[in-house]
Amino acid sequence: MSARQGGPRAVEGGRLLSRQEARALADRVLKMSAGADQTRVAIVSAHNGNTRFADASISTSGESEDTSVTVTVTLGRRRASATTNTLDDAALRRTVDLATRLARLAREDPELMPELGAQTYSAPAAFVARTADLDPEARATAVRRAVDAANAAGEGPGPLFSAGFLEARGSAIAVATSAGLFAYHQSSEASFSVTARTPEGTGSGWAGAGARDWSAIDPAAIGRIAAQKAAASRNPQALEPGFYTAVLEPQAVNDLVPLIAPALNARTADEGRSPFSKPGGGTRIGEQVADARVTLYSDPTDPRLLGQPFDGEGLPVGRMVWIEKGVLRNLSYSRFWAQKTGRQPTGPPQAGGLALTGGTKTTDELIAGCERGILVTHFFYIRSLEPRTVLQTGLTRDGTFLIEKGKITRSLKNFRWNESPLLMLNRLEDIGRPEPVAAGRLMPALRITRFDFSSLSDAV
Amino acid sequence: MSPTRRDFLKTSAATAASLTVHDLVTDLPGAAQTLAAPAADPMALDLANAALDAARSGGASYADVRVGRYRRQAIATREQQVLSVADSESYGLGVRLLVDGSWGFAATSRMTRRGAQQAALSALVLSKAARAVRRHRVELAPAAPVRGTWITPVRTDPIEVSIEDKIALLLAANEAALKVKGVQFVNSGLQALREVKTLVTTEGTNVTQTFIRLGPSFSATAVGNGDFQSFAEALAPRGEGWEYVESLKLPENAERWASMAVQKLSARSVDAGTYDLILEPSNLWLTIHESIGHATELDRAIGEEANYAGTSFVAPPEKMIGQLRYGPPTMNIQADRTQPGSLSRVAWDDEGVPADQWLLVERGVMKDYQTTREQASRIQALTGVSRSHGCSYADSWSSVQFQRMPNVSLLPGEPDVTLDDIVAATARGIVIKHDGSWSIDHQRYNFQFSGQAFYEVRNGKIVGMLRDVAYQARTPDFWNAMDMIGGKSSYWVGGAFNDGKGEPSQSNSVSHGCVPARFRNVRILNTARTA
Repeated sequence: MSARQGGPRAVEGGRLLSRQEARALADRVLKMSAGADQTRVAIVSAHNGNTRFADASISTSGESEDTSVTVTVTLGRRRASATTNTLDDAALRRTVDLATRLARLAREDPELMPELGAQTYSAPAAFVARTADLDPEARATAVRRAVDAANAAGEGPGPLFSAGFLEARGSAIAVATSAGLFAYHQSSEASFSVTARTPEGTGSGWAGAGARDWSAIDPAAIGRIAAQKAAASRNPQALEPGFYTAVLEPQAVNDLVPLIAPALNARTADEGRSPFSKPGGGTRIGEQVADARVTLYSDPTDPRLLGQPFDGEGLPVGRMVWIEKGVLRNLSYSRFWAQKTGRQPTGPPQAGGLALTGGTKTTDELIAGCERGILVTHFFYIRSLEPRTVLQTGLTRDGTFLIEKGKITRSLKNFRWNESPLLMLNRLEDIGRPEPVAAGRLMPALRITRFDFSSLSDAV
Repeated sequence: MSPTRRDFLKTSAATAASLTVHDLVTDLPGAAQTLAAPAADPMALDLANAALDAARSGGASYADVRVGRYRRQAIATREQQVLSVADSESYGLGVRLLVDGSWGFAATSRMTRRGAQQAALSALVLSKAARAVRRHRVELAPAAPVRGTWITPVRTDPIEVSIEDKIALLLAANEAALKVKGVQFVNSGLQALREVKTLVTTEGTNVTQTFIRLGPSFSATAVGNGDFQSFAEALAPRGEGWEYVESLKLPENAERWASMAVQKLSARSVDAGTYDLILEPSNLWLTIHESIGHATELDRAIGEEANYAGTSFVAPPEKMIGQLRYGPPTMNIQADRTQPGSLSRVAWDDEGVPADQWLLVERGVMKDYQTTREQASRIQALTGVSRSHGCSYADSWSSVQFQRMPNVSLLPGEPDVTLDDIVAATARGIVIKHDGSWSIDHQRYNFQFSGQAFYEVRNGKIVGMLRDVAYQARTPDFWNAMDMIGGKSSYWVGGAFNDGKGEPSQSNSVSHGCVPARFRNVRILNTARTA
């Protein structure tokens, strides 16, 4: 755990709460709540710096800092929470009193689980100080580099229109209970993306990246790729909607595959309202639900994920393999549902990041192996259509191309599509190597057969 | 009357239609029964002035400070359990300033003079950094300084209603729903917000507003024959008091709503194809939001949202205003931040501009956009409107204000046609009730929407229930295919509590009033793919 240098500070002085500061704050609150049967304190301390630009000009840039405390009080089988971001004794006491009053008014919850006692956690090194502290000048410099690279790469008449966003944040999260639990985790996260549009308005390209460490992100490369995609996507032609082989870049896969996560819930599966429900009762654990090359897991200790090692109740989150070589191995169990069904609680899916693995090829190799198909840069406005199959609808955006005999041959108009990220993993033609696409996300390129591109979109 | 309003009247040739909404939705009768607007907290004013002084000393030509105190309450239940009861309070301030035409913004929850001054200093640093990468200076449209207080007209502040009463109401609804044979799961919930916001600017504006919004929810799931179907009732979020929730009569209606989920289990799967589509207001509001509300945002039209929410097909403005035929002459689309009960209602926006009401589309033709002070001059030559329409909004003290959607509504037609009239006039169609899944592209052309319940119409009569229905269309084709429109007796106001835009993403609450309408020859999809 990379705590910031300089030793403990007063709450008002620093940017993020240190472990000691968080513990001291939690102890203050727990003491105030001594009258309750049980109390949980959750602290979130965060600092965010961002820079947004459009038309090669920084439009808004901002910084914000905040620390909030959520007090969850249990009285018998009644429980309620109250949150404040004012940290003086009077406000904290008011919040404890409010949570207590709300708990008194709440109904008895037959599913209530007692607060957890002391736990042991893994300690992912998810905090990089130079990322959390990225200053306005450094952000502006990164924007300048991306805009310059985009202009240099965007050959053609007139200047490219470029717009984008850079955000860097640091956060410290702590959970403590009156039963002796204390959990603390610091993390950092940076993301940068650029959309470039050609001056006549027929081409648009996007590139983006996210990481725990800002130094893993190359702003000039992002500007250049966005501009190259914009230039290459000029004058798109319409292809008749229908079922086509699709090569999804890792960012497009990251738009889709995590949508499976909410369905990885044991309770809804047991209750018969999930794609992982077994007809007639029970779950599909142990059944083949995807292509045999596919493995989907969460693991906060994986150095390429570095997720949060506990959930909102302070339950340790470890490595969870949801789908292994296409077989459903686990579903997520809340503490109540685990107890009821005799399983181990897991915390929510994705608490420990999410990775899809199974291949070793690059995106270019997946394109090279495609006889005829559609290359997708990323997706937009994805919404659920049918929870029974995790069917979604959405659109392609900012770089959609026809592939013929292993080569990109022309720019295509965007499509609306209707597809299930779960069902599509059963129509896998090839799978690429896992790429870091965002903080806590590792996704490969995929080549999928019979992807349902259902209608044309005029949007550029 | 504010200058903004005069601008509007001057440039609006046919205002008759635009003034009808107040006939349809009125404020609570008897102002004496509503809560009084609180004055500014002296401490908030003190901190705001400290930040403004620091901004001025640092060379800012303009600065505003928003001090916000947000109280949110959320209750979620399922069957006879309370899933969660949460209450949160967030208090802080944000400083936005201009130095030499570049913005800087910084926000803090350290509510001391030093904290406020440091936020101003941070904003100055940000402004200086931003100046290094820019093509043009920010210029603000004029706005007369305003002073005053305002509160959403309510009889009872929902935050002040006891949790016990709220939970009892939700669980009573759940209990009634579970009596329906086949219904196995019920979810209901309530979220409520009270937002006290003080805006002080270097131009002399000093206003304090209290906003009250609330959103109830209810859905039931029926399981049978190896299948499950859910139905969510359209309980629109509103800028109203607890009296609104009481008027919905949740326990009395829950059984009827839950039985819809059971009926869906035996509905016929739709045959994909082309149908005349009859949309109830409980479905159409969301289509208006996505295909008109977002498309007429000026920041999208000029590319400022290109990297996230997208641009707009209603661009460039010089080729659209007075030229784009959005729909038939019966189509009048009104933007309105004065509409009673609506989510986006204010007295002044987050730049101190008085609430406005204006037409975006008049008799089917594009007329104007949604603007802030920074944007107004961009289209002034086209619209003749020199002032902002007052669309500046930030979702928190920690967020910078920018252009957000006002309430955007389809005005009723004449004569007073009803949904039944439209059904009776339709040979082969589908009626869609309530909003379901929705998705639209980044220029607001291609959309696909679903609903909660679908009915087949043959020869002027509803002949049965359908399922697996979604409609897909291209925005200009769709609106130009509207050939029947309901009258004022069928006007209904829906809305979205959490509408996302901007980077970092901010949430806006916005209402959309509308009437039932018919759209000819719309593509219908079957969403029941299984492999």
